[in-house]
Amino acid sequence: MSAHTVPNPLPHSKGGRTHEPFWWSLFSAGGVVAAFVMPVLIFLTGLAGAFGWGAAQEAFTYDHIANLISNPLIKIFLFVCVSLPLFHCAHRIRHSLVDVGLGGIKTPLAVVSYLSAAVLTVFCAFVLLRI
Amino acid sequence: MGTPTTQRTIKLEVFRYRPEEEDEPTFQTYEVPYREDWVVLDALNHIKDTVDGTLSYRWSCRMGVCGSCGMMVNGYPKLTCAAFLRDYYPNAIRVEPLVNFPVERDLVINMDDFMRKLKAVKPWIIRKKEQPLAEGEYRQTPAELAQYKQFSMCINCMLCYSACPVVGREEGFIGPAVLALGQRYNLDSRDQGRAQRQETIFGHEGIWECTFVGECSTVCPKDVDPAGAIQMAKVQGAMEYMKTLLPWGQRS
Repeated sequence: MSAHTVPNPLPHSKGGRTHEPFWWSLFSAGGVVAAFVMPVLIFLTGLAGAFGWGAAQEAFTYDHIANLISNPLIKIFLFVCVSLPLFHCAHRIRHSLVDVGLGGIKTPLAVVSYLSAAVLTVFCAFVLLRI
Repeated sequence: MGTPTTQRTIKLEVFRYRPEEEDEPTFQTYEVPYREDWVVLDALNHIKDTVDGTLSYRWSCRMGVCGSCGMMVNGYPKLTCAAFLRDYYPNAIRVEPLVNFPVERDLVINMDDFMRKLKAVKPWIIRKKEQPLAEGEYRQTPAELAQYKQFSMCINCMLCYSACPVVGREEGFIGPAVLALGQRYNLDSRDQGRAQRQETIFGHEGIWECTFVGECSTVCPKDVDPAGAIQMAKVQGAMEYMKTLLPWGQRS
């Protein structure tokens, strides 16, 4: 009931806007990719392609794959498959390290984690664009 | 049926702290009768009534409703009214106050900080304008009730605060039960107070501190699933954040 309105009584409140939702969104999207797309890719490239199961025997020739990857849509797909899970990892590692007691260096942890993901993302884009 | 010649017993190692007598907490071992249908709370009541009247602890209903008898039982947060001796027998049981809270005395913790956080999330139905009684109740469909019912089962027992590592290291973290209760009212079709809970739930000390360890939901005696409530809120919070980034979005 509105008669119960009380001022925010919390002494620790920092106030202001948090940008955590941005990193969490990348984490969340990366988690979806890692959970749903990665297993399929691992099955296709790591098992079916590697052992030459069924149609994979012909599909996984060098020329075929090189041709496939030169398609811009496939490049975008691969970029998403690599970059989002990188940010997923960065976020998870950052928070896990804080959980196990590195809370004292929170900011450096965040910078190193996300910077690593960003550098690898740029590298991934660079490699894909060169193909 | 023969009468047992010797009464079986079980040992309880109980955390004692009497601030007027001692600077450091100690453990005191009590041997109590072992009965199949006894819970840890029964054993504590036996100690209090017949062995040592100085032992302090909280309890009330003995049936998992009041949420007062939460303690660490062998290092695990539990309602002592639901922790059967038979699950530990013949080993000794270590009983300690809930961790992540200051200790008042013996097994009694200080819950002031929890109460402050609980109040901050305004866990009651907020209406922009209260409708007069003559107009009847605020009606709700079963589907609308189902949206929040699970989160309304919380009994404020604070087991989830003892289980959560983030509560242990971040003093300001609003914590699982309170965030789930905030969701409970935000998801209630009769409620219009979401904006008033915004800062507490979606601010620096709210859901974003959670690292999804998930222990809160594991220890919850009422299956409230606070971790689920927090993740749901994160999805909403992230969508709202993204909207503020749009050129036509409003930054709050």
